[in-house]
Amino acid sequence: MIPTNAPALAPLIFLLAALIIPLAALRIRRLAYVLAMAAAAAAAAVSVGNIFRVLESGTVHYRFGGWPPPLGIEYVLDPLSAFITAVINLTALVVLVHARLTVAADLPERKHVPYYALVMLMMSGFNGIVLTGDFFNLYVFLEIASLSLYGLIAVGDRKSPVAAFRYLVIGMVGGGFYLLGVGFLYINSGSLNMADLKAILPAVGARPEIIVALCFMVLGFGIKMALFPLHGWLPDAYTYAPTATSSLMAPIGTKIGAYGLLRVLFFVFGVNFVTRTVPLAQVISWLAAAGILYGSIMAMAQDELKRMLAFSSIAQVGYIGLGIGLANPLGLLGAVLHVLNHGLMKACLFLVAGNFRMRLGHSRIRALDSGARRRMPWTSAAFTLAALSMIGLPPTVGFFSKWYLALGTIRNRSWIFLAVILASSLLNAVYFFRVIERLYLRPAMQDNEARETEGRSEVAPSMLLPTLVLALSLVVIGLLNVVIVKGLLVRFLPPGLEFAFP
Amino acid sequence: MHDFLVGHYFYWFIFLLMTIGLAGIILKRNLIKKVIGMSILQVAIILFFVASASKWDATVPILDPALGAADVTKYINPLPHCLMLTAIVVGVATSGVAFALIIMIWRRFRTLDENELLEKLKNDPD
Repeated sequence: MIPTNAPALAPLIFLLAALIIPLAALRIRRLAYVLAMAAAAAAAAVSVGNIFRVLESGTVHYRFGGWPPPLGIEYVLDPLSAFITAVINLTALVVLVHARLTVAADLPERKHVPYYALVMLMMSGFNGIVLTGDFFNLYVFLEIASLSLYGLIAVGDRKSPVAAFRYLVIGMVGGGFYLLGVGFLYINSGSLNMADLKAILPAVGARPEIIVALCFMVLGFGIKMALFPLHGWLPDAYTYAPTATSSLMAPIGTKIGAYGLLRVLFFVFGVNFVTRTVPLAQVISWLAAAGILYGSIMAMAQDELKRMLAFSSIAQVGYIGLGIGLANPLGLLGAVLHVLNHGLMKACLFLVAGNFRMRLGHSRIRALDSGARRRMPWTSAAFTLAALSMIGLPPTVGFFSKWYLALGTIRNRSWIFLAVILASSLLNAVYFFRVIERLYLRPAMQDNEARETEGRSEVAPSMLLPTLVLALSLVVIGLLNVVIVKGLLVRFLPPGLEFAFP
Repeated sequence: MHDFLVGHYFYWFIFLLMTIGLAGIILKRNLIKKVIGMSILQVAIILFFVASASKWDATVPILDPALGAADVTKYINPLPHCLMLTAIVVGVATSGVAFALIIMIWRRFRTLDENELLEKLKNDPD
């Protein structure tokens, strides 16, 4: 029973948990967190198992209600969706371990139960987006995830409802554009199933309606993934959201938009259509390159650690966009590997920001000094490791995805993009070393309260452990990346872009 | 050209409606009016789907013994309507969340005007 149902399992586990949590917590509030953790652990286990299932027996299809694909809704577990779900579910599990204490600190107690229920609903949406093989189903899950995310953002700081409202307006327009694109596609092809559309579209040809559909869908996903210049909602949302929300949405939220882009461009329209018939891939890569530079430069100007990380996210999403826009196998490998890498790095960095907020009461860069480091040596070490990975020093994971992206630009002979990748690594070094320098070299200020609480006051183990696990995974996965790339990622490459390692 | 303009007249109205919605979202300063703009945009998209399924000389997609099942052009395609039921639900949920956020914003900042709100945010500590 389990093997054939595998694709639908992860989203349904989260959906079930989202329904059970408010009911179970009527009696015992503490159950909310326990159930959320159980669901996250189960979903992570299922999605890791799915990777091996895909490697063993190839793509798995699941038909909802038993209706065959062009009419019914189909869930597809292929190497790409198996990989992405495993990444988002594992990241969510680690972040949720960390979330217990920050949620308790950030939110009043009566909001805990709805908060965890919304987290489950959001994860259900994200898993559904990745696994579905139907365009309209994808829209529904996109809206489920976005609506829960608006709620999760709005419970943060004093200014968070404004940030959430701005995100809601922009996100709604993004979802609307996507839906309009689906409409144009349906009118011209009569199908909503991705695999079916892939077979129909070559026969329909490059009609204006199809091109308009593609543009609207790319616009919608571009807004969801915060592709420059559609990133306006991101900095405020990341900064003012509670720690748990920002460390969930930074590694997972924007990647889902990138996944949608990848799916639509290369698995439905095909590489020839998006590079030759309509040069949309080139447009995406130029926007992404602009986003990389813009995000990196803006990150240097920020004083608040979370805001700096938010702008750095815009730059990092730019890498993924650039890899997609290059439209060659190495670029795509780099982009998908960067989904994993950036997920781990950003989760780790946001957890560090949460740890600082927990112990120091703030995460302002200008107020950090070696006193903070002396109090929280492990957190600072995790920050340093993740920062080195963001810059892209081997053997951390950050180096390898940039390496594939750089190889991809060389393969396309696009030297400007190569220069952008190298320049942004330098910019990354500037804005991360600014923090590292303060943590390790700047002497502690005399009037700092650190004097009176001399000695260590690291955060609780349940917060420290996830931070360290993520930081260590950066090195471990960096060393093992060749296994992931050669064993799993090369298998997802779409037709026309196959690649064999020498 | 004449056929293109007249034959698609319904789509021109939908296009106009979409533009009005987007203009409301972008140009209006009041947050409630922005939500109204959002709703107009959503309605335009819903009408777009519904209009795409309309057909002359066809009936509701319930099997009619007089028409038979052989000629499907006698029936209207029901799928866009069904899809739009879901889209309407999504639209209602979005408006609901938007109004909840507006209530939160009003309680904290006592204004719904975007300019005043930005001014207050700038002067707000933290």
